[in-house]
Amino acid sequence: MSDPETLSDMSAQLEARLGDVAERIRIERGELELQVAPGSILRVLEALRTDAAFRFSTLVDITAIDWPQRERRFDVVYHLLSMYRNARIRLKLAIREDETVPSVTDVHPAANWFEREVFDMYGILFTGHPDLRRILTDYGFRGHPLRKDFPTTGYTEVRYDDTVKRVVYEPVKLVQEYRQFDFMSPWEGADYILPGDEKKEAAK
Amino acid sequence: MMDGSFDDVETPEQKIRNFNINFGPQHPAAHGVLRLVLELDGEIVERCDPHIGLLHRGTEKLMESRTYLQNLPYFDRLDYVAPMNQEHAWCLAIERLTGTEVPRRASLIRVLYSEIGRVLNHLLNVTTQALDVGALTPPLWGFEEREKLMIFYERACGARLHAAYFRPGGVHQDLPPALLADIMAWTETFPAVLDDIDGLLTENRIFKQRNVDIGVVTEKDILDWGFSGVMVRGSGLAWDLRRAQPYECYDEFDFMVPVGKNGDCFDRYLCRMAEMRESVKIIRQCIEKLERAPGDVIARGKVAPPARGEMKTSMEALIHHFKLYTEGFRVPEGEVYAAVEAPKGEFGVYLVSDGTNRPYKTKIRAPGYLHLQAMDFICRGHQLADVSAILGSLDVVFGEIDR
Repeated sequence: MSDPETLSDMSAQLEARLGDVAERIRIERGELELQVAPGSILRVLEALRTDAAFRFSTLVDITAIDWPQRERRFDVVYHLLSMYRNARIRLKLAIREDETVPSVTDVHPAANWFEREVFDMYGILFTGHPDLRRILTDYGFRGHPLRKDFPTTGYTEVRYDDTVKRVVYEPVKLVQEYRQFDFMSPWEGADYILPGDEKKEAAK
Repeated sequence: MMDGSFDDVETPEQKIRNFNINFGPQHPAAHGVLRLVLELDGEIVERCDPHIGLLHRGTEKLMESRTYLQNLPYFDRLDYVAPMNQEHAWCLAIERLTGTEVPRRASLIRVLYSEIGRVLNHLLNVTTQALDVGALTPPLWGFEEREKLMIFYERACGARLHAAYFRPGGVHQDLPPALLADIMAWTETFPAVLDDIDGLLTENRIFKQRNVDIGVVTEKDILDWGFSGVMVRGSGLAWDLRRAQPYECYDEFDFMVPVGKNGDCFDRYLCRMAEMRESVKIIRQCIEKLERAPGDVIARGKVAPPARGEMKTSMEALIHHFKLYTEGFRVPEGEVYAAVEAPKGEFGVYLVSDGTNRPYKTKIRAPGYLHLQAMDFICRGHQLADVSAILGSLDVVFGEIDR
């Protein structure tokens, strides 16, 4: 974990230099987090990389989070590391499903595969990416598996067919229903809706 | 470039063109299921396009529908060469979110087994890298030692590979005293084995010819491509998370961070050899400290099961045990990024919790992913034969890359 003093110092610096594009700067559980507007990501990353006060020159990770109930459905999350100041930072930007994100491969070549993975898993498009192909899923795969509305079992299953002598794709057939337990235990406030409860609401 | 003119070509077939070959996914030097599409000009690699995902199991998706404890064994299956180091990152992430304090004895055991994991990994990597460039003996010698270490794994947790030994709040069971004595005895004999491997490889003419000045990475490349671990230290940067951002109780151990000079495959090999010796030092210190640190090995609280004896007499303990293993524990809302210095580099877990008993989102950040990504960059202009040497020194395992 980074040194708390460095972090608070950095968050003040961030406020001063990137205050105009920063939507939120906070330190939580010893981690510095910066929320920016999607359009400004390239500028922010470039500033963080070159500015002597930060030198966040290593891209650690890019991922996304799906919040289906939110209007700006996806959070794209960047983790950066500064080996020189020994600190980490998390950048976040929220986008709608139909929005694209500028690719950061020009600033950090390491972003290439991460952006391919985010595209593969969430279907977020990165404009200006040199080679936006799927990376982890099968050749010819459809859908974006880490979206919350994608079933864990997927839609197709494969097997080797001995008669046609090749691997065949078929729709998933579950012998047993996929086990998704309701863990909301009655001791800790599960809200059971029983038949007739709606009358109680109406009576109020 | 061709010498001379092209006018004397008799048939169109004689025209020189680039040659595309598939390296893997069934090639023994591909270290698992890697498919490399290589574009060659004669024997020179012009372009290298790794196709990954052949071992993709959807770990991150599966984890979203399981409880925190049920997710732990998935981490053994990521980098299956050093399983416990991965579990460590997961446990650290949960502990940071729940604010759990790990008892000292558990902390020491974790360090002990993380270092055993590091030796396990480096032994495999160093020796199979030698195999990739044509030496058969080192793997045979190295695997004998790996076998002994796996027995230490087994004696601690019952499994040679898929340990599930580190738990949120500590470790699952205490170690028997005889085991500590045996590990101590092993640290006495192991340096001699390392010397043997050293003698076989370090000054070996063929090994040096195949590795020196191959796959050189500079400081700029490291930053551009997000390298970590030995890939960084091989180029002279003393960056080690155990030192820079100490987790667990690494700050109280006396060890060195070996660094290379040239950033080539050979220096990375030397770094790994030196790191194994440092790990042995840490293991010895650990055992000495463990002898002076009796006590519980897991923080008894919401995240850990009650002691077995207590369950026989206390109804509450029994209920707690039942609830823990069915419903699991809940982790407060929030997000955290926890990283450990795994043998291959920085292994991180980005965990987003929504306050229920299951993670809302987990991202596993595997060091090998970034290292393999740079294959195209590093291999360009090298000979075809160097591809396997470079791949060996990148230290990739597909369990963690494909996830």
